[in-house]
Amino acid sequence: MTIPTGRKVIFYILLIISGFLVFAPTLMAFAMSFMSNKDIMTGSLPTSLSFDNYVRAFGQFPLLKYLLNSLIISLVIMLGQLILSSLAAYAFVFLEFKGRDLLFFVFIATMMVPFEASIIPNFHIIRDLGWIDTYPGLTVPFFAMAFGTFLLRQNFKQIPKELREASQIAGMGDFKFYLTVVLPVARTSLLTLGVYGFLTSWNMYLWPLLTTTNDNVRTVQIGLKQLQTQEQLNDWGVIMAGAVIVVIPTLILLFLGQSKLQKGLTEGALK
Amino acid sequence: MGQIDLGDISKSYDKQKNVLDEINLSIEEGEFFVLVGPSGSGKSTLLRMIAGLEDITSGTLKIGDEIVNHLPPKDRNLSMVFQNYALYPHLSVEQNILFGLNAKKVDKEEQQKRLIETTEMMGLSELLKRKPKELSGGQRQRVALARSVVSEAPLCLMDEPLSNLDAKLRGQMRMEIRRLQKRLGMTMVYVTHDQVEAMTMGDRIMVLNDGKIQQVGKPITLYNEPANLFVASFIGSPKMNMGKAVFHADRNQLVIDDALHLEIDPVINNVPRYPNVTIGIRAEHLFPGTAGNTTHTIEVINVEQLGNETLVAFEVGAEVWTAKWPGQWDVQVGEKVPVHIAIENLCFFDSDTGLLIKPARAGKQQEVVTA
Repeated sequence: MTIPTGRKVIFYILLIISGFLVFAPTLMAFAMSFMSNKDIMTGSLPTSLSFDNYVRAFGQFPLLKYLLNSLIISLVIMLGQLILSSLAAYAFVFLEFKGRDLLFFVFIATMMVPFEASIIPNFHIIRDLGWIDTYPGLTVPFFAMAFGTFLLRQNFKQIPKELREASQIAGMGDFKFYLTVVLPVARTSLLTLGVYGFLTSWNMYLWPLLTTTNDNVRTVQIGLKQLQTQEQLNDWGVIMAGAVIVVIPTLILLFLGQSKLQKGLTEGALK
Repeated sequence: MGQIDLGDISKSYDKQKNVLDEINLSIEEGEFFVLVGPSGSGKSTLLRMIAGLEDITSGTLKIGDEIVNHLPPKDRNLSMVFQNYALYPHLSVEQNILFGLNAKKVDKEEQQKRLIETTEMMGLSELLKRKPKELSGGQRQRVALARSVVSEAPLCLMDEPLSNLDAKLRGQMRMEIRRLQKRLGMTMVYVTHDQVEAMTMGDRIMVLNDGKIQQVGKPITLYNEPANLFVASFIGSPKMNMGKAVFHADRNQLVIDDALHLEIDPVINNVPRYPNVTIGIRAEHLFPGTAGNTTHTIEVINVEQLGNETLVAFEVGAEVWTAKWPGQWDVQVGEKVPVHIAIENLCFFDSDTGLLIKPARAGKQQEVVTA
């Protein structure tokens, strides 16, 4: 790149400023989680920093229980999505049947229906099944995922047909081929989809709010909201401490995922 | 009874025109059989039908004495090598080679025994732990071959296995595959679009065009007695020189493309009396003329020096003919050069049907000498 130094400096200054602006709320939340309520309310600089808010966040609410619930639900959704999407994508790529492409387009078309539109029928089904306040009620409706199937289908399409044919000649069935060849070859995409699915379900708010009525299965996002409304005066320090705790798993996953993703991408496929 | 028997095999997609039209063929056990034809001729489809990867629209396919039309590929006891090698990118060379044996549940000791034998034979022993992407093209090709050898299937199908390699490596692999096939005594069906590959490797060749068999036979037969104009122009490099010929009985002259006049002795040479005749002559039969035998003088339009031989191009009517002269000839473009064209070196074809009427006699003589 041949950008003059002067212009480069300006670019970087602008980038730093905008980066700071975008990140400012997070920084503020992080700082506030260590400050006393008095300092926060008066808007002054912190006079003392302490972990009091964190201790109180865990003490006042079953935060650990919420975190555990969120973790279980996100993991189950992630696995369910990976299994169903990859199986569906396999069928759309490697199995030949009449109307396959039409079916695929219909399948993809469901992406245009926003989740909010299907919330009421979904809720009715879950209620009639008696799944309110249960893990299945929170997870099963998210297993079928048009986007995931689409993503994996595109990826599986890049696997040469000859690999399937070679395995056919070797006498390998569809399911074994799926397990021993397709999944390992497409692991980068599976990882991407997994991270995506996990984060989406971790941050899910509306559905858990509707289908949970007690702390046993409630997720951390709902818990956070409760922090805000249970007291007359909002205890912002505790809320921010809770928020920071909630963000941590997300960040860990992103960092881990990123390094893995890069590894997977650089490995490359054999043309 | 041949090892593979194809009876009236046809293939069509969506009930449209036949991609393959009533193919009748029998391939012997232990034979190196080459399917050759231009792209789109249906040769790969035919191979994939033998493998069981493609449905047979009509006709019967027998392997051994068994009708296998509806057998899945795995029950046909064959192995296949693909153009892009079809190596599993996430598995090491060793795992790739043993992949099929695992699927067939061959026991571990036997697997190791075969692995060691095969890799030593193919010179892959050093590479067992590598991934396919860490191999060169030739090495990948060898792994693909090893995978098919290790299965010990009596029948091996190859779909243009050398077309991704550079010319030098291709020549080398050609010989290796041929030697391997002879050593193991397996039946090989080999698809290629490269007529040189077909000529050099095949025990027998089948030329396919537009889904129809053009000719089946030994390479040298195809070269000397091409059954029709298509085979004549497809087999041989440079391709056979062709031209429309008219016989003038009154002058005892054969006129090719209104340009070349050949004197004919009607007593010795019985020229076929067809209304429309196309003649063909191999490039090596257009000899340089000496003082005694020069029949024509031609104007050179292009010269290719190959070192061991010289290709001289000249115009005959609308066609460009090429003469192949052994050795090095100092000929310039635009120069007038004497040549010797003999009537006995001409192949005669019926222009209407394209079929061979009379092959060149010189070719036949050569065959007798070399046999």
